[in-house]
Amino acid sequence: MARYLIRRLGQALLVVAGVIVLTFVIMRLVPGDPAVAYAGPKATPEQLAQARERFGLDEPVWVQLGAYVRDLVTGDWGTSLRTRQPVLDDLALAFPASLELVGAALLLAIAVGVPVGVLAARYKTKFPDLGVRVTSMLAVSVPVFWLALALQTVFASNLGWFPVAGEYDDSLNTTSPLTLWTNITIVDALITGNWPIFTSTLRHLVLPALVVAAYPAGVIAQMVRATLIEEASQDHARLERALGFRETSILTRFALRPALNPVLSLIALVFAYAIVNGFLVEAVFNWPGLGRYAVDSIFSGDTPAIAGVTLLVALVYVLANLVVDLLQGVVDPRARAR
Amino acid sequence: MTALVTRRALPGSVDRLALAGAALIVLVVLAALLAPWIAPYPADEVDPVNALLPPSGAHWFGTDQVGRDVLTRVLYGGRTSLSIAVAVLAVSAAVGVTLGVVAGYAGGWVRDVIMRVTDVFLAFPALLLSLTLAVVLQPSVTTVVVAIAVTWWPWYARLSAATAASIANRPYVDAARCLGVPAPLVVVRHVLPNSLTPVLVQLSLDAGGVILTAAALSYLGLGAQEPVAEWGLMVQQGQTLFTTNWWVVTFPGLAILVTAFAFNVLGEGLRGALDPRRIVK
Repeated sequence: MARYLIRRLGQALLVVAGVIVLTFVIMRLVPGDPAVAYAGPKATPEQLAQARERFGLDEPVWVQLGAYVRDLVTGDWGTSLRTRQPVLDDLALAFPASLELVGAALLLAIAVGVPVGVLAARYKTKFPDLGVRVTSMLAVSVPVFWLALALQTVFASNLGWFPVAGEYDDSLNTTSPLTLWTNITIVDALITGNWPIFTSTLRHLVLPALVVAAYPAGVIAQMVRATLIEEASQDHARLERALGFRETSILTRFALRPALNPVLSLIALVFAYAIVNGFLVEAVFNWPGLGRYAVDSIFSGDTPAIAGVTLLVALVYVLANLVVDLLQGVVDPRARAR
Repeated sequence: MTALVTRRALPGSVDRLALAGAALIVLVVLAALLAPWIAPYPADEVDPVNALLPPSGAHWFGTDQVGRDVLTRVLYGGRTSLSIAVAVLAVSAAVGVTLGVVAGYAGGWVRDVIMRVTDVFLAFPALLLSLTLAVVLQPSVTTVVVAIAVTWWPWYARLSAATAASIANRPYVDAARCLGVPAPLVVVRHVLPNSLTPVLVQLSLDAGGVILTAAALSYLGLGAQEPVAEWGLMVQQGQTLFTTNWWVVTFPGLAILVTAFAFNVLGEGLRGALDPRRIVK
């Protein structure tokens, strides 16, 4: 196990190094001069030179890469050209909001996807199965930004059941200000017993979380269905059938547990995907997360901010994969050999 | 054995669904190819007098903000989306399969280097790297193709490396080597053709994903630009009108959904037929 751990950690570090280099290269390709973007169009040559020196743009490329890596490691992810705040501070505010949205969406996706997958496996080749297959495929194929717009129009703008946009009512900041602990609004509201903000956030979460949940719910349902059908044809299922267990209880009591292992690794893959898919949803619902930050940064040509978002999401992805691999190594010794 | 049992236990619905997907794809492709002939109006005919008309006999899908026929633009949008998908998949598969087959056949450090580079690219979710790249390049259809292809080839590299590695040890490949056939020829004549089946399945599965990613980039304004008819762009341009003029947004969105659905269902069916156990890449 120790050897597996070290090898897997080494692999992850190598990928992280590659991710940093790739991000650096992409950012070097950005058209336009970041010094000009920082100093503004009316800057004097002296101000430009100052800005250039400040960002180290007058050094050779490999020196810049070295400086970039050193800065990243010491927690200096650069200064946003748009907000003029350290990028890491901006990310520390935006990332929890995205986590909140994606976390809620994944919980929803598991709560819906797993039972629906069991249902499909139980009635395979019959009508419920076909229904689940078609619906889960639709959920995977729907353009998120369009689904977001549609739900927003119907359930928020027209019916008024849910708020149109935002994370919670801004007016609550004055009537019942929120004490920050984790920066995840709904968690902070819960632990500090701030009910007005808690319920408001919950109401604001429903529509965007539904949209983000569509893809993972579809994938999880398909995965659970396929693994359960395979499990149900194994010898242990045959024995259970011979012992007189009903088909439903064979699936839920015996087959479901081994089937959840691949679902676990699926969730890690889907997690990073959901964050990025969430970008589009955040743009529609004006959710104050990474996506809105990324989109705003893109349109203002804010290179350090874009690099920060790219790096952060890639790191989260590497980390999620690592955690799942290690967990599986613990759960299933066969996985270590791979 | 298990695989056989599972496959026999799943007749009917799977294949019928995949067939429906195939039929839908034929329909979408035909509609896109024949757009200039079957579209009821010229592609970019602006007619401000008839702006924002609801669906009717004259305009089945209504008209948009500048009076263009939405049905016509949806048909032309299919040309854009399908061309993007074909270009992205062709480039990704060409690059990915070449690198993958070389890695799988050569093994050793060559394989290690190629696979580690692949891992790095795989650490970026496709839409994220495409977003970042789309900022660097000027927004256009070509940008979309480049940006998505950069994020998509590693999947093909990984897939074909695994297949090529297993084929490289087959007796017929050994035989070819013993007969003195040079390595490049062994790869091209024996390893490559036999590594292609899983790639073909993956292509069908990925077409839906590429179309969705391309539409998302265009929706964000980083892809196709006016006056190109593109589904994602049409949704973006009409989004503020959703409450009052639903048809401007609804039909292009449905077009994306139907096309992605068709490819996903067909790909799923093909994969199920070839290997019922592999579900997610």
